[in-house]
Amino acid sequence: MNSGSQYDVAIIGAGLSGLAAGIRLAHFGKRVCIFERHNAVGGLNGFYSLGGRKYDVGLHAVTNFVPAGVRGTPLGKILRQLRIDREAFGLSPQKVSRVAFGPKGGAVLRFTNDFGLLESEVASLFPRQAVGFGGITRFVRESPLAGRGARASAREFIRTLIGDPLLEDMLLCPLMFYGSAREDDMDLDQFTVMFRALYLEGLARPLEGVRALMRVLLQKYREAGGERRMKCGVRRVVAREGRAAALVLDSGDEIVATHVLSSIGIAETEALIGAAPSAEPRLGYVETISVLDRPPSELGWGADTIVFYNDSERFSYRNPPGQVDVQSGIICFPNNFDYGPGRGLSEGLFRVTCLANYGAWANLSEAAYRAAKLRWFDAIRDSARRFLPPLCPADALERATVATDMFTPTTVEHYTGHLRGAIYGSPVKSLDGRTSLSNVYLCGTDQGMLGIVGSMLSGITMANQHILRA
Amino acid sequence: MTNEECKKAVLDIIADIAPDEDLSNVKADVRLRDQLQLDSMDFLDIVMELRKRHGIEVPEADYIRLASLDSCAEYLTPKFNALAAKS
Repeated sequence: MNSGSQYDVAIIGAGLSGLAAGIRLAHFGKRVCIFERHNAVGGLNGFYSLGGRKYDVGLHAVTNFVPAGVRGTPLGKILRQLRIDREAFGLSPQKVSRVAFGPKGGAVLRFTNDFGLLESEVASLFPRQAVGFGGITRFVRESPLAGRGARASAREFIRTLIGDPLLEDMLLCPLMFYGSAREDDMDLDQFTVMFRALYLEGLARPLEGVRALMRVLLQKYREAGGERRMKCGVRRVVAREGRAAALVLDSGDEIVATHVLSSIGIAETEALIGAAPSAEPRLGYVETISVLDRPPSELGWGADTIVFYNDSERFSYRNPPGQVDVQSGIICFPNNFDYGPGRGLSEGLFRVTCLANYGAWANLSEAAYRAAKLRWFDAIRDSARRFLPPLCPADALERATVATDMFTPTTVEHYTGHLRGAIYGSPVKSLDGRTSLSNVYLCGTDQGMLGIVGSMLSGITMANQHILRA
Repeated sequence: MTNEECKKAVLDIIADIAPDEDLSNVKADVRLRDQLQLDSMDFLDIVMELRKRHGIEVPEADYIRLASLDSCAEYLTPKFNALAAKS
């Protein structure tokens, strides 16, 4: 066996969690190789170029953002653990985001990276719920960063403190959209993690988007001596006596590793080991991307960074019966972060993300798939525009649009390998990262941490817990 | 190696792990945890950096001996010197 086929650790997937784990392990002298099936790193936070333009797939905003000097937060932990200088990520804070509910978005809660704004918005819109909201806030502040290890229902917990279903839905909407793999509810742990990440801490973005983060991670990984093999997925895990004895690569080659860290998901990992495909429900998304010839603010849309909207009486967070659920969604304006004087994106970007049903997108003929994309592109954009100021003239958006693109659950599945294109993975998480084999561990979305910072923290904690401490 | 050199080696490690901490006034007889924001992940890193940079092993049962700079020096200096004597 040659030296290129034996490792201390094999990592499956070159997304944020795999790279973060790889940096830790390589830094402490482990012989590490990351195997990635795609030709680019990033995983669920990918990027691509089309028509000479650069696009991001996953990242709307980096949650868990805190300014320099705020201690004991997930962002601070990952920077320390990865020995990354805070400035290297170049994070710029959001301007203002809002949750807009009702047919015309009349019920509004705005929030910024200063939690005081959300507190005062709740107090003025829901004066009788302010005390209950304070109780939720206290509970989250007192919860450990990774949660309390409970799968209890977030909705049931909220109802013990808040009696208004509108406020309950409005608070949950952004948290679910940015991380819940469970239909119509969240694990209480995930709720506390996300409440902290979005409301108590905040949103930010590097000017260059996810590429900026990837560049820093790749450089660290390389400097630490880590290897990676691109366009080289793992096809099968050979199990012997409850352990992974070898990995069979897409090329047919076999490699051996003492430990295997898999970022591809619980069911996806077990499938490599030989389990039957999972039938659990998964939540898919579509996203429309419009490139504009000017910043959205100049078009007349103000300075909103993210708008979480819902037009119906209750917020439905589940697989829609049709291809897309246009009742609710997320509008993201990457231009509307505070990049500093004279710094900004060269073009305007208007992204709208909605829940989508994987089953209704898969197995379409090429022609039917294209037609569905065209039809839904307009429906999604029109639906989202109800929650933005009207433009003058009425066709101003169409005239300002210089390019468009769209992804569906099948796009996500194709490029990331995540079952049914589920961005937030399995509804049941494995917090300790254990799998059916004793030397195979999970990291990433199915280990239960969320967001950009959470996924890196997942890679770090799993590497520490199962490999470096052992 | 003297006790002071040993403390310096530990502080160098902390400076790399926690560049956002002010290390100019660390009191040697006060627990590091009480004057710096260091959590268990950071202490694990101190142990691993000792191994990586200096070849010193600190078993988990002895982590408590790294509580303050004074206790670090008392525990680690003989280890540093034993290693130096071997090489």
